[in-house]
Amino acid sequence: MLAYMSKRVVFLVPILIGVSFLVFLMIHLVPGDPAVMMLGERGTPEMLEQLRVDLGLNDSILTQYYRFLKKLIHFDLGRSVISNVPVNKEIGDRFPATLELTIFGMFLAVIIGIPAGILAATKQNSLFDNASMVVALFGVSMPVFWLGLMLIWLFSVKLGWLPPSARLTVGVDLLSITNIHILDSLLTGNLRALFDTFGHLILPAVALGSIPMAIIARMTRSSMLEVMRQDYIRTAYAKGLNSRIVIYKHGFRNALIPVITVVGLQFGSLLGGAVLTETIFSWPGIGKLSYDAIMARDFPVVQGSVLVIALIFVLINLIVDLTYSIIDPRISYS
Amino acid sequence: MTKRIIALTMLLVVVVAGLVFAEPNNGGTLVYGRGGDSVGLDPILVTDGESYKVTQQVFDTLVEYKPGTTAVVPSLASSWSVSDDGLIWTFRLRKGVKFHDGTAFNAAAVKFNFDRWRLVDHPYHQANKFIYYGYMFNGTPGVIKDVVAIDDYTVQFVLTQKFATFLSNLAMVPFAISSPDAIQKWGDDYFTHPVGTGPFKFVEWVKSDRITLERNDDYWDGKPYLEKIVFRSIPDNGARFMELQAGTVDIIDGISPNDVEILEKTKGLKLSPRPAMNVAYFAMNQRFEPFKDPKVRQAINYAIDKQTIIDAFFAGLAVSAKNPMPPSMWGYNDSIPGYEYDPAKAKKLLAEAGYPEGFKMELWAMPVPRPYMPQPKLIAQAIQQFLAEVGIEAEIVSYDWATYLSKVREGEADSYLLGWQGDNGDPDNFLYTLLDKTNSNGFAYQSEELHEVLIEAQKVFDQDVRTELYQKAQEIIFEDAPWVNLAHYTAPIGLKDKIEGFIPSPTGTEKLNKVWFK
Amino acid sequence: MSVIRENLYPFSTKAEKVRGKDSFWGNVFLRLIKNRMAVAGLVIIAVIIISAIFAPLLAPHDPIKQNILARYKAPSAKYILGTDELGRDILSRIIFGARYSLLIGVITISLSLFLGVILGVVAGYFGGIIDLLLMRLIDIMLAFPYILLAISIVAILGPALSNAMIAISIVNIPTFARIVRSSVLSIKESEYVQAAKALGASDLRIILKHLLPNCMAPLIVQSTLSMASAILSAAGLSFLGLGAQPPTPEWGAMLSDARSALQRAPWVVTFPGIAIMLNVLGFNLLGDGLRDALDPKLKN
Repeated sequence: MLAYMSKRVVFLVPILIGVSFLVFLMIHLVPGDPAVMMLGERGTPEMLEQLRVDLGLNDSILTQYYRFLKKLIHFDLGRSVISNVPVNKEIGDRFPATLELTIFGMFLAVIIGIPAGILAATKQNSLFDNASMVVALFGVSMPVFWLGLMLIWLFSVKLGWLPPSARLTVGVDLLSITNIHILDSLLTGNLRALFDTFGHLILPAVALGSIPMAIIARMTRSSMLEVMRQDYIRTAYAKGLNSRIVIYKHGFRNALIPVITVVGLQFGSLLGGAVLTETIFSWPGIGKLSYDAIMARDFPVVQGSVLVIALIFVLINLIVDLTYSIIDPRISYS
Repeated sequence: MTKRIIALTMLLVVVVAGLVFAEPNNGGTLVYGRGGDSVGLDPILVTDGESYKVTQQVFDTLVEYKPGTTAVVPSLASSWSVSDDGLIWTFRLRKGVKFHDGTAFNAAAVKFNFDRWRLVDHPYHQANKFIYYGYMFNGTPGVIKDVVAIDDYTVQFVLTQKFATFLSNLAMVPFAISSPDAIQKWGDDYFTHPVGTGPFKFVEWVKSDRITLERNDDYWDGKPYLEKIVFRSIPDNGARFMELQAGTVDIIDGISPNDVEILEKTKGLKLSPRPAMNVAYFAMNQRFEPFKDPKVRQAINYAIDKQTIIDAFFAGLAVSAKNPMPPSMWGYNDSIPGYEYDPAKAKKLLAEAGYPEGFKMELWAMPVPRPYMPQPKLIAQAIQQFLAEVGIEAEIVSYDWATYLSKVREGEADSYLLGWQGDNGDPDNFLYTLLDKTNSNGFAYQSEELHEVLIEAQKVFDQDVRTELYQKAQEIIFEDAPWVNLAHYTAPIGLKDKIEGFIPSPTGTEKLNKVWFK
Repeated sequence: MSVIRENLYPFSTKAEKVRGKDSFWGNVFLRLIKNRMAVAGLVIIAVIIISAIFAPLLAPHDPIKQNILARYKAPSAKYILGTDELGRDILSRIIFGARYSLLIGVITISLSLFLGVILGVVAGYFGGIIDLLLMRLIDIMLAFPYILLAISIVAILGPALSNAMIAISIVNIPTFARIVRSSVLSIKESEYVQAAKALGASDLRIILKHLLPNCMAPLIVQSTLSMASAILSAAGLSFLGLGAQPPTPEWGAMLSDARSALQRAPWVVTFPGIAIMLNVLGFNLLGDGLRDALDPKLKN
């Protein structure tokens, strides 16, 4: 087990280096540079050229990559070309926001998706099965920006039930410790901020969680169907065990493995893929950060944020793999 | 009966007087919704409007623009004079003004700031990062040869040449005076800890979410009414408007023309158009064969129905443009007839130029709305249709903003949409900056005649002489028709109708110290 | 924007020689049309294909020609679904848009299928250092946040529908490569493959005759589902201004360009949205149906 883990961790290094080099190459293939973005419509060609020299943009790609790696060894991701903010700080500020939204969104997806999938499987081809699968399919069939705008329009403008965007209402103060608002408000015993945070989380979490929810529900259903036909389940039934016990104790536990795989993968891709949700809901997360950085050619920020997202992604995969052996003792990594 | 009438009249007078002269309320938090976060809060380091919206509150400049106009009025300098040769400017500074960190504002502070910007060997100079300084004052050190603190409250600028736009440049937001102590204390991180003399003090910056300011009780121009201002970043235009409807923000800019009608109909909201100091244009690159002929360029001018475009895609909130500078600016030549919509004439001119069947070209459209053009992709499609009617087949091309800017600057587009938001209210900032042969690489317009007129106008102070020169310049531009002047956009700002005292500035940012809640 | 980057439907990968072809696919088809949901999916897709083919005959108006005076007209007898911001008939644009939607689905997935299959077969069949290298490459692509990958690719190539399609294809490659590789691995050592080898069959022949047919089932299902997500990804790229360019009547671009009219003229945003939803729903229903039909274990 330990050997397996250390092997996996060692494997992370080439992947991350690969990711970082890929980002570097790609961002330099994109035409345009931060100097152009900083000047906008203004300035003469000479000013532009001078700015490029000063920003170090005229050095060769390899020189720039070497500079980046040299700093990376000291866990320093450099400073934003455009705003001069240290990239470490920028990511530290914004990653928790994404994490909080993703966890909450996945939480919604799991607590709705898994029971719906189990119910649908146990009542295969029933009205509930068909209905819940159609609902789930609608969930994966809507462009998320469209869903998001509709949600704001309905629940904030028309009904006035929920705040339209952002993380906290102006005027609600919260001491930032971890910058995960739920955690901060619990730590400081700030109930007002806690409720306010939940209010702000609901709409973006629904928009973000709808796709994973549908995928999880379908996955759970098909995985359950497969397991329920296995011999040992039939045996359990034959022994006269209560069907609820059979379903939850024997069936569900074994059906979990592919479900966990999906949850892990979805979680990983949401962390970096929430650009649209973050844009619509003015959520100051890392997806929007990296998107803006690509658009502004802010190389260090792109590098840093993609690297962090990739790191989290591979770590989650590792955790998922390890969970398998906990759920199903037959899987071992020796 | 008469008594009653008199009593009623008096009552009415009192009520009206009460409405007109109502004492502004103190207090309240203003939440300002805008499209993006500030890049930084050291005004000299940045070039984006979202940064200036905030630094305008935290800092003052030596002189400033009168609210709603570009006329220069005193600010940190209470008066000034200039020598006869135009080379020495002397400013008397306001006394008793303090920076937010408690240090005194004086001539030494002014000198420190200007030396930091203009001298490359100054310990707090950041090489080539002070973009606007080099841009407005012709490089580093540029036209300012020396800054001398004559005494605590008198400062003198020695220039290398007569420089017509000197005073109006000084009023620009980037040239705001920072506390020298704070710059020394924070060094490279000063941009996140701004300290000025302005009406509001910096409190907190949550990246990409909000910037909070609080009232400076000791402000030299009277205590501001608002207690706090919170600037929130809300990137999506539709979502931002819905925030205003939901009441979670008090004022927004960047309203989609589609929402203007809804806003006007919504109870409790009002619209305030920003005076236009901009131009939206459609440039024709003279590297592209057909555009070498002025007749073709004029034909295209005649082919486009500007008013229809303005009504549909600017929500009617724009002035049809006949010159490259806005009509409110001095020096505007109103005797220019402009090119009216006349497709028949356009066809005739095309035939004369040897293109009776028209031609094919690329039409580049900006991917993002800009302060001078809210819906570039729709406008491009409308132009495409107008051109099709005179036989020109245009294909719409777009890139992401950074690529678009860099390719357009390098002259890669056959024709393209772009525009300009003015800086200092001087015609030079439009005509020379956009159309002089040194600045027109994107569309390859090279007019010696125009160049001479524009350079001449930079060297005189007399506004009447300059007006004459700029009017001449506009005539040359009209004849040459290097681009199509589309519109001057009076961009809508949406706010709750209980907000009083908000006067939008043509420069794009305004101080909010006189704003209050009814 | 969502990309389902993993094979969600684990098939039995036991070595299992595909039986007599005709009866196998015949059975699959029979099972498929017995499934009401799958039939609904088929019907939706058929409608889209028909409107794509006969668009010029079906559309009441020109989808490109503007009429600025008739902009934002509410649905009426003349304009059944109303007009858009440039006075174009929305129904006609949606009918013509079916072409682009199918194009996005079919071309992107064919491209990623092609490249993914090659990568997967090569890695699985030859194994060793080639496998190791190719799989690390796939890992790198998977670890790269997909939307940022797609955005960067479009930014490099320039925004256009064709480039958005290339980006979406590249993003989808790892999924297919992984499916194929795991299938190949599972049957590579099986007796009949070893027998074919012993008889001197070439690598190419073994791959084409024995290995690929065995991956068909999961690939078909995954392709259908990926088509659905490719359409959503294209819409997402349009939202960011990186998708189809005007005046192309592509649904995602129609939806994102018109989103500021949500309150002023709701029909402009509603109908393209419904079109996308139905299209994606159709592919998903069909994909689910195919999965059930192709994997007989799931049905009694």
